[in-house]
Amino acid sequence: MTVRVQQADFDVGAELDGLTRGNRKIGGLAVFVGLVREMHTRDGLHRERIDAMTLEHYPGMTEKALEEIEAEAQRRWPLEATLIVHRHGRLEAGDRIVLVAVGSPHREAAFEACEFLVDWLKTKAPFWKLEETPSGEKWVEAHEGDDAAAARWAKK
Amino acid sequence: MKVRYFAWMKRTVGLPEEEVMPPAEVRTVGDLVVWLRARSAGHAEALAAGAAFGAAVDQKTASFDAPLAGVREVAFFPPFTGG
Repeated sequence: MTVRVQQADFDVGAELDGLTRGNRKIGGLAVFVGLVREMHTRDGLHRERIDAMTLEHYPGMTEKALEEIEAEAQRRWPLEATLIVHRHGRLEAGDRIVLVAVGSPHREAAFEACEFLVDWLKTKAPFWKLEETPSGEKWVEAHEGDDAAAARWAKK
Repeated sequence: MKVRYFAWMKRTVGLPEEEVMPPAEVRTVGDLVVWLRARSAGHAEALAAGAAFGAAVDQKTASFDAPLAGVREVAFFPPFTGG
């Protein structure tokens, strides 16, 4: 049960080894790695390449929000291990942004809880993306699709 | 209490954070928003009625009717775009 917010990159293999080491109850490990993808913005007739982005966050609140999301996943599924590593600072296309890993005795719980964590952290953890384009910087606006994805997990 | 601003709101206000002492009639986060607007043109623009932003009280997401009594830190920020 670990949450980390850091500027440095992470080693996915080493993180997963550390997460499962010594725990023989884990039968399945579901992993999500978020990357910065190469994108273009369209502003009127101009099409611009986004070269990089800077992720700002709210130190203190970010960790608390991620721990709450993790605790909610633990309440909903039988989990043996969870890990969220989220980077902040300047990132370029191809860089890793976030790692979410969930270990459970059974794969269904691992897959579902991993998807839940990713959906919820997008809408409940205080991160903001600032994109760099050749003509200047631009704050990313929230996607309605992200809210819809998070709402799927609302308790009925 | 400390008031903090994030992302575009920080740039529009022109400050990452500030110490404020609102009068007693400022009882909720919503009252604080209205009171802060008078501090500068940047505050008024960032905290305008039509602007899309949320708040946190002592580092937990809070609604605009959340009370301010005993609160140490209030933050204002646009919708989250992490992940």
